[in-house]
Amino acid sequence: MISARGLRKSFGDFEAVKGIDVEVRRGEAFGFLGPNGAGKSSTMRMIAAVSPVSGGELRIFGMDPAVDGPAIRGRLGVCPQEDTLDTELNVRDNLYIYGRYFGLPKTVVSERADELMEFVQLTEKAKSKVDDLSGGMKRRLTIARSLINRPELLLLDEPTTGLDPQARHVLWDRLFRLKQQGVTLVITTHYMDEAEQLCDRLVVMDKGVIVAEGSPLDLIRQHSTREVAELRFGVAEEGASHEALAEKVADLGRVEALPDRLLVYSDDGDAVIAAVHERGLRPVATLVRRSTLEDVFLRLTGRTLID
Amino acid sequence: MAATKISTTTGPARRLSLSDGVRRQADYWRVVYQRTWRASVVSSFVAPLLYVLAMGVLLGGFIEGDPKVLEGATSYFDFVVPGLIAAHAMQTAVGETTYPVMGMIKWQRIYDSMLATPLECRDLVAAHLSFVLFRLATTCGVYTLVLAPFGVYGSWWGPFAAFASQLLVGMAFAVWVYGFSTRLRSEEGYGVLFRLGVFPLFLFSGAFFPVSNLGDVGAAIARCTPLWQGVNLSRMFALDHVIWWQAGVNVAVLVVLTVVGWFWAVSGLEKRLVS
Repeated sequence: MISARGLRKSFGDFEAVKGIDVEVRRGEAFGFLGPNGAGKSSTMRMIAAVSPVSGGELRIFGMDPAVDGPAIRGRLGVCPQEDTLDTELNVRDNLYIYGRYFGLPKTVVSERADELMEFVQLTEKAKSKVDDLSGGMKRRLTIARSLINRPELLLLDEPTTGLDPQARHVLWDRLFRLKQQGVTLVITTHYMDEAEQLCDRLVVMDKGVIVAEGSPLDLIRQHSTREVAELRFGVAEEGASHEALAEKVADLGRVEALPDRLLVYSDDGDAVIAAVHERGLRPVATLVRRSTLEDVFLRLTGRTLID
Repeated sequence: MAATKISTTTGPARRLSLSDGVRRQADYWRVVYQRTWRASVVSSFVAPLLYVLAMGVLLGGFIEGDPKVLEGATSYFDFVVPGLIAAHAMQTAVGETTYPVMGMIKWQRIYDSMLATPLECRDLVAAHLSFVLFRLATTCGVYTLVLAPFGVYGSWWGPFAAFASQLLVGMAFAVWVYGFSTRLRSEEGYGVLFRLGVFPLFLFSGAFFPVSNLGDVGAAIARCTPLWQGVNLSRMFALDHVIWWQAGVNVAVLVVLTVVGWFWAVSGLEKRLVS
C-alpha cells in the first residue's frame, strides 16, 4: 500500500524527515511513534499526497503522489490531528458536502452519510451544529468524514489526543472494526497503550529518522527486558542519593534512576527485589511489572522534554 | 543508506478538470449562500441604493447636468449610477476575498480539509472565485434592474454591456485581493488594504466626479487605476457614449489583470497550504 525509500522532507534548512524506509502492507495497522517534532506528521502529510516529497521515493497504491495526487487522495481517508470540520454546518451536512468533493453522486453520499452516522453513533445528532458537539463526538465525526469515500487506506494523525477514556475506547472499537473490514490503518500517536492496542507493526521515529521497527512485542523483546522492578526509597535512605543507590544494584540489570524511584530492567523482577533486600537495602515500596512499549519508547527517545 | 534521489515524475500530473473540480464544491457554496444571504442583503442591496438616493438624487439635485462636463450624462444621477455600480462591484469582490479567504485558510481551515480530497488548490480558487462571480452577478444585476426604469441607460444593450464590465472589474479585484489574502498572515493587513487601497480608489477613480477634475497629473494617475477602467466602461456603455478605443484599452487592461491575478492567487494558495 505504501512504499517509501530514503524519504525526505525539508522546510528550508530544516530537515524534518531524514531518509526513512517504510513498507506498509494491505490490511495491517501500522503505527508511527515518536515524540513531538520527530517527523511523524510530516511523513503523514507526504503519504496523504498533500505535501510534496523533498527527496527519496514514495509510492502509494503503487502510484507517485507527484503525478497521481488526486487519484491517490480519492482512495485515502485522512483524519487530521486537529479537527477541520465545518463548524457552521450540521453533522450530516459535514459528511454530505465532504463526500461531494470525491465526485460521488448525491444519492450515494446521502446513503453513506446515514450509514456512517450510525457507525460512529451520531445519528441522533444529525441536525446538530458541530459547535455543539463534545470533543469525542467531533473526533468521531472526523473519522466518519474520512470514511465517506470508502478508503482502502485510512491515515489517523493522533486520533485520540485530548479525549476522555470512554471516548478513546469507543474510537478504538470503531478502528478495530474497520481493520476487520480490511481497511489498512496508519496511525501516529504518542500514547503507547494506543499503539499496543491498535498496531500490528510500528516504527519509532526520533529527530527525523527511524530508530526501531517491529511489532509491539518484538520491540519490547529487542529493546527492553521482560519485567521491570520499581524501587521507591525514603527521602533519607541511608543518606544516599538515587545515583548512589543505583550503583549498589547495577549488577542486577540495567538501572535507571528517576527522581522518585529506581527502575531495574530484568527478566525476573521478583529475583531483583529479593537481591535488593539481601543487600540490606530497604525500599519503602516495590513493584514488579511487565515491560511496556512506553519503556521502549523512553529508552529510544530519551526522557528529556521535547517542545 | 541508499543514495537519495529526487522522486522523478513519470509524466504530467493527472488532475481533475477545472470544471469538475468546481462542480464538486457547488454544494458547499450553495450551503454557504443559504447561510449568509440574509446578512449580505443589506451590504449588497440596501446600502448601494442608499448611496444612489443620497448621491444621485439628493446631492445630484444641486449639480448642473452638463453633458460636456459629465462625460456625456445629462444629469448627475445618470452620471453617478453606472460608476457607483462598478465601484460597488469592487467592494463586493474585496469583501468576498478578504476575511472569507483568511477564514478558510486559517480559522476554520476548510481548505485543509478540501485538499485531503482529490481537489487541488486551483480547484479551490476557481470555486471560490465562481462564488464571487455569482455574488457580483446578483448584486450588480439587481442594481441594474432597479435603476433601469429611471432612464439611466441610453440604449437597450447598454445595461448588458455595463453589467458585463461591472463583473469584469469585480473579478479583476477578486483575483488580486484573493492572492493578497493567501499571503497575509494576520488580518491586520486588511486595515492597510481598506484604508490605502479600497477607500481611495472608491473616492478618486471617477465614480463620483469626472477624473478630469483632478488636474492633468491626478487624472492620469486615476486613469491608471483598475477601478477607473471599470467605471469608465460601465458609464460609457450605460450612457451609450462609447469611445471605442478607450473601451478596448479598458477591457484589455482588466482582462490581463484578471488572468495574471488568477495565477498569482493560485500560486499564493499553493505556497501557503502545500508545503
